[in-house]
Amino acid sequence: MSYLMIFITGIFVNNIILSQFLGICPFLGVSKKISTALGMGMAVTFVMTLSTVVTFLLYYTFLQPLGLQFMTTVAFILVIASLVQMVEIILKKSSPALYQALGIFLPLITTNCAVLGIAILTIQKNFSLIAGICYCLAAALGFTLAIVIFAGIRERLERTPIPKLMQGTPIVLITAALLSMAFMGFAGISY
Amino acid sequence: MTNKSMENLTRGIIRENPVLVMLLGMCPTLGVTTSAGNGLGMGLATLLVLMLSNIAIAAVKSFIPDIVRIPSFIVIIASFVTILEMLMQAYAPLMYDALGIYIPLIVVNCIILGRAEAFASKHSVFQSLLDAIGMGLGFTLALTLLGSLREMLGNGSLFGWSFLSENASPILLFIMPPGAFLALGGIIAVVNRLKGEK
Repeated sequence: MSYLMIFITGIFVNNIILSQFLGICPFLGVSKKISTALGMGMAVTFVMTLSTVVTFLLYYTFLQPLGLQFMTTVAFILVIASLVQMVEIILKKSSPALYQALGIFLPLITTNCAVLGIAILTIQKNFSLIAGICYCLAAALGFTLAIVIFAGIRERLERTPIPKLMQGTPIVLITAALLSMAFMGFAGISY
Repeated sequence: MTNKSMENLTRGIIRENPVLVMLLGMCPTLGVTTSAGNGLGMGLATLLVLMLSNIAIAAVKSFIPDIVRIPSFIVIIASFVTILEMLMQAYAPLMYDALGIYIPLIVVNCIILGRAEAFASKHSVFQSLLDAIGMGLGFTLALTLLGSLREMLGNGSLFGWSFLSENASPILLFIMPPGAFLALGGIIAVVNRLKGEK
C-alpha cells in the first residue's frame, strides 16, 4: 500500500473518531468552540506524531530484540506520559507562544486513548517508520478535521431550539452519528 | 453489611453509572458494542482490572509519595491490564480477537484512573473493592444494554440467538459506527428522562 493511500484512508475512510472510536473524550468534551477544537487538534497532532516515533524506536530497539513484547502496554503508556510532561516543560521554556496555545490541552492528552491506540496499532500493523509516521499524521489530521467540523455544528446548535428530552448529551451524540454517517460516504474511495 | 458499605457497592450500578450518568469510558463503550456478547466481555474485563487495581492502590497508597501518585497508579493499572491481556490471549482467544485494540486501551479508560484517584487513594481496601465491584457492574450493565440494543436492531439477534425470519432485513446501520452514537444518544435521553422524573 502506497504512503498516499495510507494517508487518505487514515483521514477519511478509517477516521480515528468517527469509525474507530479512539479519542472520544476530547471529541465530546472540548468541541464547544472552533478555536479550542483547533487547539486540541494541533496538540494531538504534535504529541501523537512525537510519541509514535519514540514508541516505534523503543519497540524495535529494545522490546523486540529482548523478547519483551508483553511489556508493550506498560512501556508505551509510561513513555507517552513522561513525553507529554517533557514537552510541556520544554514548550514552557522555549516557546511561550506555542505553550499559550497548546498548554492547557497537553495534560488532557496523556489519558487520550487515541495516542496510545495509534502507537500500538502502528506496531500491530507492521508498518515501517515512514509508513508509521504517515499513518499517525493521517490519524491526527482526521482527528482535527472531525473535531473542528463538529465544533462548527455545535456552535450552531447553541442557538437552535432543541426538544427538552434531547438537550445536552443526547443531541451531541445524535449529531456525531450524522457526521459519522457522512464520513461513511468516503468508504467508496478505499482501495 | 453496614449502610456505608452498601452505599459504596450500589452507587456505581445505577445512580452514578459511569457510562450513562457520568459519561466516562466512551471509547470502549462505542467501539466494542456491536453485539451483546462483546459488550459483556469488555465489561467483565474492565470489572476485573478495576477490582484488582482498586485493591492494589488502596493497599499501597500510604507508601506512594503524593507527587508521583498518578504515574504510580498508571503503572499498577498497566500491569494488571497486561496480565489480563495474556490471560485472554491464552484462554479466550475469540474474545481477544473481537475486542482487539480496546484491551490494551483499558489502561487509559478514565473510569479506572478516576476511581483510583477519587476513591481508592482515600479509602480502605475493602471499601475500595466494593466501589470497584459497583462501578464495574455499572459499566458492564451499560455496555451489555447498548450491545443488546445494537445487536437486536442491527443484526436481528441477541447473544447470537437470531429471532428474525430469513427474509426480514435488520437495520444494518446500528452495527456500523453511526449506530453506536445513535443508540447511546437514545439510551442517555431515556436515562435523563427517568432521572428528571424522580
